[in-house]
Amino acid sequence: MLELKNITFGVDDDGQDKEIIRGVSLTIPDDKLVVITGPNGGGKSTLARLIAGIEKPTGGQILFNGEDITNASITERAKKGIGFAFQQPVKFKGIQVFDLIKLASGKNISMTDACEYLSKVGLCARDYIDREVNASLSGGELKRIEIATVLAKASQLSVFDEPEAGIDLWSFQNLIEVFEGMRKNIHGGSILIISHQERILNIADEIMVIKNGELIKSGSKTEILPALMGTADAVPDCRKAGVQREGE
Amino acid sequence: MIQLDEIQKRLLREVADLHDVPEGAYNIRSNSKSAGRASTENIEIIPREDGQGLTVKIKPGTKNESVHIPVVLTETGIKEVVYNDFYIGEDADVTIVAGCGIDNCGNQDAEHDGIHRFFVGKNAHIRYVEKHYGSGEGSGKRILNPGTEVYQEEGSSVEMEMVQIKGVDDTNRTTKAELAKDAKLVVRERLMTHGDQKAYSDYVVHLNGEGSTADVVSRSVARDSSYQKFEAKIVGNKPCAGHTECDAIIMDQAKILAVPALEANDLDAALVHEAAIGKIAGDQIIKLMTLGLSEAEAEEQIINGFLK
Repeated sequence: MLELKNITFGVDDDGQDKEIIRGVSLTIPDDKLVVITGPNGGGKSTLARLIAGIEKPTGGQILFNGEDITNASITERAKKGIGFAFQQPVKFKGIQVFDLIKLASGKNISMTDACEYLSKVGLCARDYIDREVNASLSGGELKRIEIATVLAKASQLSVFDEPEAGIDLWSFQNLIEVFEGMRKNIHGGSILIISHQERILNIADEIMVIKNGELIKSGSKTEILPALMGTADAVPDCRKAGVQREGE
Repeated sequence: MIQLDEIQKRLLREVADLHDVPEGAYNIRSNSKSAGRASTENIEIIPREDGQGLTVKIKPGTKNESVHIPVVLTETGIKEVVYNDFYIGEDADVTIVAGCGIDNCGNQDAEHDGIHRFFVGKNAHIRYVEKHYGSGEGSGKRILNPGTEVYQEEGSSVEMEMVQIKGVDDTNRTTKAELAKDAKLVVRERLMTHGDQKAYSDYVVHLNGEGSTADVVSRSVARDSSYQKFEAKIVGNKPCAGHTECDAIIMDQAKILAVPALEANDLDAALVHEAAIGKIAGDQIIKLMTLGLSEAEAEEQIINGFLK
């Protein structure tokens, strides 16, 4: 179980303090798939990075299974059981897909084991296992490999930062199946997905809405989703009624 | 029969992946003397009269055979220049494994300068692997200055793999190649320097025949306060294609100079160069840390992959 207590995060924006996360408190319970959603620039991805330890909060406390991990490094959090899938997968020269999956699993796994993870994310394993994780792979392929590394790590809490970004329509269905499969085998763990996608929201147990750095709504899917789909919160600002667009 | 001590055996493993006497043709040179030699029906190894090198003759049509000519130095104060000539017959397809390991525990420098010339016959194909390795705690330097010349006849192809990962203090590598019609040259250099090491690498490739191609790629890592200079020049004299790439990771207080050069003397010479120097990307380290690696382990994995 992950708990954020009054988390704040600010950056220096041209000499001005800019608050990106303003006193967010929330709990990601065990055995749940939680989706955090909300408008662009609202602080969702920052929150995910704060959980993984990539950013350090300027205030508040992060507890994982009751233990204070606010000052724990990325590595320590990973070892304690937090996995993180990047929105923009990282490219490496020379490191092959197999190497990355093996590192993620933390074990000396076989080629066959590694291939299983690739198959789960819809990649024909044989075609990819020897490839370098570099720019020769498309954005969608890199994204799926990124997700495969998080599957291979088998963390107690897996955090996915906008997994749908850069994935084509055909792969999207496959992605939903991956998350459904993870949800089924959750066994005391939890999954946190940062997403805008209605179909991902649809498989959530709980939904939280972050806007302007604040948690504005939180509850079960049945509570939040119907309201969300009909409100302005689900719609980008430029499409809202009353917002004047250029040229109009 | 060869008698090698444990240090010599370790050096052989590092530079030639040899755990025992190799199969096929070989010559093992240890502390300036031959420690064993064998020719085969198709590959003849002839020592030069002055003892400073070999002539290797590979019969036309020889297929799937290999030649190992590793060199090990374990005595301090040795300085040697060795000339090896390779004559590769038409249509032959062979692997040549060279390489030099120096273990210098003394206070004098140990230096091996290997000058290799390859005369590659029509449509022949060779894979040439050259690894350098240094060890030993002595204050004497471990110095390797390899010179390589390649003369490729029509339709021949040469793949060269040059690797120097550890322990060599100073190295000055020069490589020259001349390619006839439809000949192909591929060079993959891997280099890592640390401490106060200095490494110079200079390639000049002349594409003299129509349809000839060259691809010279260097990947290197410079750590501590080491220095690297990589120069690669491709000269296109006929319709041809050439590509050179230097990709370097810089760390600590190291310095790297990359000097790619292209010269086109024909309208249809298509030549490309790429050069990039940069530190390890922060997001690469972060990604591996999210998998549970420490920062140092992540760096090590990134470098290992890069130099693979």
